[in-house]
Amino acid sequence: MKYTALADQPVATHEPTGFISKYIWSQDHKVIAIQYALTAVFVGLVALALSALMRLQLGFPDTFDFINPNAYLQFVTMHGMIMVIYLLTAILLGGFGNYLIPLMIGARDMVFPYLNMLSYWTYLLAVIVLMASFFVPEGPTGAGWTLYPPQTILKGTPGYEWGIICMLASLAIFIVAFTMGGLNYVTTILQARAAGMTLMRMPLTLWGIFIATIMGLLAFPALLVSAIMMLLDKTVGTSFFMPALVSLGESLDYSDGSPLLFQHLFWFFGHPEVYIVALPAFGIVSDILATHARKNIFGYRMMVWAIVIIGLLSFVVWAHHMYVSGMNPTFGFFFATTTLIIAVPTAIKVYNWVLTLWRGNIHLTVPMLFAIGFIFTFTHGGLSGLFLGNVVVDLPLSDTYFVVAHFHMVMGVSPIMVLFAAIYHWYPLITGRILHQGLGKLHFWVTFLGTYAIYLPMHYLGFLGVPRRYYAMGETGFVPDSAQTLNAGITVSALIVGLAQIIFIINLFWSLKRGVPSERNPWHATTLEWQTPDMPPRHGNWGPESPKVYRWAYAYSVPDCEDDYLPQNLPPDQVRKHPTQEASS
Amino acid sequence: MRLWHALTEKSWLEEPVPANAPFDSPQRDFQSRRIALTLFLAIATVLFSLFAVTFLTHSQYPGFEALAGDAWRPLSNTTRLWVNTGLLLFSSVLMQVSLNAARASQPGLSLAALLGAGFLALQFLIAQVWLWQILSDMGYGVRSNPASSYFFLFTGVHGIHLLIGLGVLYRPLRHMWRAEAARAIIDSLRLCALYWHYLLAVWVLLFWLLTRSADTYRALAILCGLEA
Repeated sequence: MKYTALADQPVATHEPTGFISKYIWSQDHKVIAIQYALTAVFVGLVALALSALMRLQLGFPDTFDFINPNAYLQFVTMHGMIMVIYLLTAILLGGFGNYLIPLMIGARDMVFPYLNMLSYWTYLLAVIVLMASFFVPEGPTGAGWTLYPPQTILKGTPGYEWGIICMLASLAIFIVAFTMGGLNYVTTILQARAAGMTLMRMPLTLWGIFIATIMGLLAFPALLVSAIMMLLDKTVGTSFFMPALVSLGESLDYSDGSPLLFQHLFWFFGHPEVYIVALPAFGIVSDILATHARKNIFGYRMMVWAIVIIGLLSFVVWAHHMYVSGMNPTFGFFFATTTLIIAVPTAIKVYNWVLTLWRGNIHLTVPMLFAIGFIFTFTHGGLSGLFLGNVVVDLPLSDTYFVVAHFHMVMGVSPIMVLFAAIYHWYPLITGRILHQGLGKLHFWVTFLGTYAIYLPMHYLGFLGVPRRYYAMGETGFVPDSAQTLNAGITVSALIVGLAQIIFIINLFWSLKRGVPSERNPWHATTLEWQTPDMPPRHGNWGPESPKVYRWAYAYSVPDCEDDYLPQNLPPDQVRKHPTQEASS
Repeated sequence: MRLWHALTEKSWLEEPVPANAPFDSPQRDFQSRRIALTLFLAIATVLFSLFAVTFLTHSQYPGFEALAGDAWRPLSNTTRLWVNTGLLLFSSVLMQVSLNAARASQPGLSLAALLGAGFLALQFLIAQVWLWQILSDMGYGVRSNPASSYFFLFTGVHGIHLLIGLGVLYRPLRHMWRAEAARAIIDSLRLCALYWHYLLAVWVLLFWLLTRSADTYRALAILCGLEA
């Protein structure tokens, strides 16, 4: 059958030879993916260090002179924004999206490689502008990652002059970068799939990335709108979000703006953002569970539909982040209802993951451990979300550590568990070597148990009414002294988990040179990325001929077959039947 | 129906024939670009819609003073806006002429119309900046009132959108300069024409929105559920 994929054109196989064109200004999706991932990991480590500083202050107040209230708020703000946007969004879509999309669909590259390269360098610029805020007068903004006006740009808030300008400019640049990358991901999935790769034969990883990217493209404009308008409020003196107010005894020039409008815009982006991070993680974990349990994913079609439905619903739940801001009770009821409804497709996914494991031939490899760990952390985080989705429960808990524990479990720890699972799973494909399994297991257990040691007690702190965002607890009539002991314990756990990540970093670099060389397709996976002629895949991915796809991505333990997996591109006439079956037929 | 069919496929059943239809590369290349452009325009639509929603919300606050509706308001006389609209309209028409000429194998006319479209678009931008100056001189600067702020915001964002379009014009121009295949020129112009017509449509809607009276804003706000 004559078939020429867009990315099959001869020009795509002209492999760059110089160091600069190959590794710096590269248009190869795999190199761009690694550039994205390394940059994201770098900023992620900065955010991790900031969280350690926050925990030191909370666990042992009055001990560290260099952490004052302003610095603490700056740590909180930068930690939150970096983790959500510059680490998780960037690494899951820019990193894994870039690496896996062309390989998993059987293409040679993205359909717009130059735009792809531009996307990374624009992202890097966004990171540089953000990091620059650490060095401007008064440092980065300390307004909280939600950047609520009016306090964000008012005197008294740390970084209210240059810090906030850097933050808003960086966000705007990031959105431009994301748009360039996102257009590429969606178009590539729609246009450059190999022969036979129908939408419903795509691995769930791609479905997660595909829907999350579409969501990002439609949700990030809300953040861009709010960033532009706030930037104008700050620099030009408009009053989009700024009401008439008196600050420090001084009447300001602002009038008639609406801070609440910013909150709506922010959360219209902010809630889909949760799923922009979660959906790729859902997809990746589905593929890892199926591969390492040697079993097809349970309810594939339902899993795809659940991803699509979650994507749609996530645009109509945003105001559940704003119950305490005050709203018409009818709206509160509406948003509580939609929030609870979204639990249905999400629960379907969790059940299907568990049912995939049921009677599977489970290999407790490191990626599998992280994937199973994710099911635990995500279920716990999701269940506390059911509490918070109700207005009456949310109101007393909203500004407490219960919320901190909830969102860290559901969109901090859970996607990061998947991130680790994915790195352990695809590291052999990227480098040709396997990460050290012993160190990996140590990394898993300390991280998994450690995160529980951190976040489970936080729920109790929340019930006690311990408020979030406070530099120090001070004395209250309702928080017992034992809360501080708990806080110290959480800090010790957090530091241990933080240090455990050093094991992971060491493993990454050590295995690069000294890791066990990997055989081709070490996990015996069916998906196309493992079926390339070379491992790691070379420029152009597929050699002279593009693959053809004959089946879905979950042909594991197929009855009557000799092998317990059938790669997607294995022609039906080459499938080895079980000898007894062949004899009987 | 095709989407429904695709999403209900029982992919766990083996199909012997690869399902994708064969494509020839240039056609697929154009389709990819059109998909990407359509997506980009969808994103721009979301962006402008969100701005418009915030505008309507603001329009119901006490301090908001509509720019039109009474004779003394700055945009009650819309002559200048109509002149600017005319520039963009002719730019859009010329872009279509350029595309039609390319299809009719008239490269000279196509190039002239394309350059004309770019020139008029640039004129539109200059005229918009001039309008900013006039409004500021009348005391309706960017900070004077939320309605004025929105006028500058809307026209500014639309101007950036147009500048991006002007930047992209280099593609058909390069194809023409290098005397590349007619298919490449036509495909490139088709995408530019789509972008240009979209620019015009957005501007017409913005023009309409910015020159309404307070009563119309109230009616719109009620219609959108932003006001009881």
